[in-house]
Amino acid sequence: MNDTLTIAGREFRSRLFLGTAGYPNQQVMLDALEASGSELVTLAIRRISLDGYSESLVDVIGDRAGLLPNTAGCLTAKEAVLTAQLAREALGVDWIKLEVIGDRELLYPDVEELLRATEELVADGFTVLPYCNDDPVTCRKLADLGAAAVMPLGAFIGSGLGIRNPHAIETICARSPVPVVLDAGIGTASDAALAMELGCAAVLLNTAVSKARDPVRMAAAMRDAVAAGRAARLAGRMPKRAFAEASSPQLGLIGT
Amino acid sequence: MSARIRVNGREEELNVPTVAALLAERGIAAGTRGVAVALNGAVLPFRRWDETPLSAGDALEIIRPVQGG
Repeated sequence: MNDTLTIAGREFRSRLFLGTAGYPNQQVMLDALEASGSELVTLAIRRISLDGYSESLVDVIGDRAGLLPNTAGCLTAKEAVLTAQLAREALGVDWIKLEVIGDRELLYPDVEELLRATEELVADGFTVLPYCNDDPVTCRKLADLGAAAVMPLGAFIGSGLGIRNPHAIETICARSPVPVVLDAGIGTASDAALAMELGCAAVLLNTAVSKARDPVRMAAAMRDAVAAGRAARLAGRMPKRAFAEASSPQLGLIGT
Repeated sequence: MSARIRVNGREEELNVPTVAALLAERGIAAGTRGVAVALNGAVLPFRRWDETPLSAGDALEIIRPVQGG
């Protein structure tokens, strides 16, 4: 069955985007990437170490996946815009996972700055994928400003707490004119499946895989969970009932 | 007092004429994939590293992609 995801005209067969941080080592990261089936990986942009030049992450990933640089750690629109522009110069990629945070402990988005940065980067020709609150109004504003997708959080970044407000995510999915990517909070495979069942177009996760006891196995589990959740969404779940309804026939019961 | 510049937030003495020379001193050739430079808050495309002089008080950011989520 052909069920590709399209964001800004680019097609993806996999609906799982994977982060590259926090793996036990580089080989595990590459093995997890392969097991996940993901076609898009996130990177951060940081000051280069001036003490010595080590192997470039870009060369390590090679053509295994597309690159989605982020603006993680930025506190203002100004910082985020410059970081995105530097990422584009460094990688030749005009897609950006836009993060503008308002609290270093919670890593929660600063909506005002996020909207401002989205507007500026869209005007500068970027394909902007903002990490945002699980708030339908913010998501609509981001889409109106030209974001190519919206990426509401399921829970705090790196918390693994799952989707804390499934109804909000479902509402965002039902109303969004652009694809919704569940970003942050996924802890295990059932969380990823739930995101897809709620109507998300894709899932972006990192720590759930990189900090699993067996990251490669968890990456495969996430691949399967996203596929299963997506299939269930397309299949359409049965209606929920308050009481039992027997699935076996009621006629011909023995002893009646 | 000698002229000073800031490189990745660290103040140092200015003893090279251009951005390209400063990068070359650190083993980074113009066009190295994955490296980008901002001069005084604006991206400086690598094609202009050679022709761009450095002067006292300049602030340079030299970045590369790293692991991230």
